[in-house]
Amino acid sequence: MNLPLKDIIVLEFSQYLAGPCAGLKLADLGARVIKIEHPQKGEAGRKLAIKNMWVEKDSLLFHTINRNKESFAVDLNMEEDISWLKKLIAKAQVITHNFRPGVMERKGLGYEMVKKINPAIVYTQISGYGEEGPWKKKPGQDLLLQSLSGLAYTTGSYNDPPTPLGLGIGDYLCGNQAVQFIIAALIKARRTGEGSFLQLSLLESLIDFQFEFLTTFFQSGRIPQRAAYNNANPLLSAPYGIYKTSDGFLAIAMMPLEKLNQLLQCMGLSSFKEEDAFSKRDTIKITIARCIETQSNQYWLRKAEELDLWIMPVFNWKEMKSAAGYKSLDMEQEIALENGRRFITTRCPIRINKKILKSDKAAPAIGADNKKIMESLG
Amino acid sequence: MNALLEDILVLDFSQFLSGPSASLRLADMGARVIKVERPDTGDICRQLYVSDVRIYDGESTIFHAINRNKESFSADLKDPVSLATVKELITKAQVMIHNFRPGVMERIGLDYDRVKAINPDIVYAEVSGYGQEGEWSRLPGQDLLTQAISGITYLSGCADQPPVPMGVAVADIIAGTHLVQGILAALFQKMSTGEGALIQVSMLESLLDFQFEVLTCFLNDGNELPERSAINGAHAYIAAPYGIYKTTDGYIAIAMCPVTTLGDLMKVASLRKYTNPDHWFDKRDEIKSILKEAFEQRPTAEWLAVLEPADIWCANVYDYNDLLASEGYKLLQMEQWVVSNHHRIKTTRCPVRVDGKRLVSEKGAPLLGEHNKKITEEFEL
Repeated sequence: MNLPLKDIIVLEFSQYLAGPCAGLKLADLGARVIKIEHPQKGEAGRKLAIKNMWVEKDSLLFHTINRNKESFAVDLNMEEDISWLKKLIAKAQVITHNFRPGVMERKGLGYEMVKKINPAIVYTQISGYGEEGPWKKKPGQDLLLQSLSGLAYTTGSYNDPPTPLGLGIGDYLCGNQAVQFIIAALIKARRTGEGSFLQLSLLESLIDFQFEFLTTFFQSGRIPQRAAYNNANPLLSAPYGIYKTSDGFLAIAMMPLEKLNQLLQCMGLSSFKEEDAFSKRDTIKITIARCIETQSNQYWLRKAEELDLWIMPVFNWKEMKSAAGYKSLDMEQEIALENGRRFITTRCPIRINKKILKSDKAAPAIGADNKKIMESLG
Repeated sequence: MNALLEDILVLDFSQFLSGPSASLRLADMGARVIKVERPDTGDICRQLYVSDVRIYDGESTIFHAINRNKESFSADLKDPVSLATVKELITKAQVMIHNFRPGVMERIGLDYDRVKAINPDIVYAEVSGYGQEGEWSRLPGQDLLTQAISGITYLSGCADQPPVPMGVAVADIIAGTHLVQGILAALFQKMSTGEGALIQVSMLESLLDFQFEVLTCFLNDGNELPERSAINGAHAYIAAPYGIYKTTDGYIAIAMCPVTTLGDLMKVASLRKYTNPDHWFDKRDEIKSILKEAFEQRPTAEWLAVLEPADIWCANVYDYNDLLASEGYKLLQMEQWVVSNHHRIKTTRCPVRVDGKRLVSEKGAPLLGEHNKKITEEFEL
């Protein structure tokens, strides 16, 4: 299959997650992604590990985010290296970077300068908080952004402290939004010959992520409050939430109380009116919880399926991995490493013409592709 | 400034959030988006009983947030005459989106194969809950339910808490983001090949991709499940001090930093013994308990004044009132007013700036069927 972004060259000056996860998606969609790295230090993400898992000198985390890419090592303080880089920029279609504001300009690689070399370039700049203002020097780190953006007050229940989402959501969203706009800008470049300057920040991405909440807040002037009991989404009424059964947990999505009571047959629940499902949601949810905990997951799920109710079991990864529904997705792929070892990771989530996109190309060593790239530049 | 997308017509048959959030982004980029809605209720999201906040005519605030900058064409797809009109409209479109359960579009007669027969180069995009086949494919693809299946509920909160779902509709939003990526990639390819494509994403696969870093860890460490920390859980795979701590008057967030440095700055002698960085993970609850007690002694501003100048990665913890009052938020100009049926509604804008400009449009969400006449005339349906 010819991938959609074949013949597109992306120069990735980005580090850690936001920019590199954009590069990974572009690579999976067919682009040739070249990481621009310092010859000795390399991308900082190489040294960031979780659970102390390493693949030779680099972390497994780095390998996860940077598979399917090449590496071109240049020292941005060396004239000669910069001139190689400028030749490469002339051939590229996309640049991404997530240096703090001002750094690329000082290296002579700000948008205005790059545009002179390559007017059709799609230049993508990712920051933590935007390029100006009191936070511009602040580290654009995910937990800090979650904390400042109000996001920590969406998860957990009312009496819990602010509860961050347990993943790098700001980085991930921002990187994925970058992919959207990079491809849209490539469409424009092909149509008009004009490049684009794209600016994203983790903070704006996280504000966009909460657009339903903020629009509701603007309208009412009241901050949406997490439910006091089993909160799952502060905007939603009972029964929405996760409930304990005698042997596990069930997720119950939005549905009329009467419909849920076809399953539960609970006297207490029948005394609540549908129009109170938001204002009395905590009392209603406690009533539901008392009933649900008396039986097993299987007991409820069997009945729920007969009634076509929006209820699913809550899985951990082991349970998910052993389910036929997970296996049929074919979500895992093996990546071959130079030393003959392999590791397993997930694939791109997008299907094109019913085909899944896999690539077993591993993350590059620092400068692994210098020779090949320099030869092609002449 | 010229828009990124021009002369792209998107027909959006989807409801709720996943598909509509995708078409919202395409509209932000300059595409023309027409919602094709059923005549009686329209997109169910119009009346979705969320929260207790309504806009005029009882419509939900979230419908307006998701569907600004779009047009509405109402048509009963079960009526052969209306269906024929919609098919006519499809021949003019470049993109079509739906998020019905697998099988529904086949029954209506608007599945990819049949749409391709009338518009061969269309980009046909669909979002499902769990993929098109397999044991879950017939089940409702809903945010909380796909979160529940994906294992993600064991990543937030603390060890003694039950599974904690993310409080924002994360599966919908991420699947919508991936859908836009696929649609645009296909439109880009079409510029050189002239061929359309079928783009499919599912909320479950999107949540798996969202977890790719930690899931890869699990897949290669002998399937060890994540363990949330007992104290101030923030990320199951990150060492102390990572977390949000209570102070005398609020909270403070502390990201990665050396425990000993933090101990010195905070003048907590008992932290000095944790000189081995491996222990910052292995003994994170012990360390975080000490920190928890220490942070509770002083107000947030005082701690920030000690830690920020020393380049410790820390921040205040804001609710929306604090956020909106902050200088950093105001400078972003994230808010915009839109007009829907003569009502002004404040919402947020697209988060990306293009050529230094923020993308805004005052066009609000359409009334159900608001543009039937205009569209019928314009396309001579």
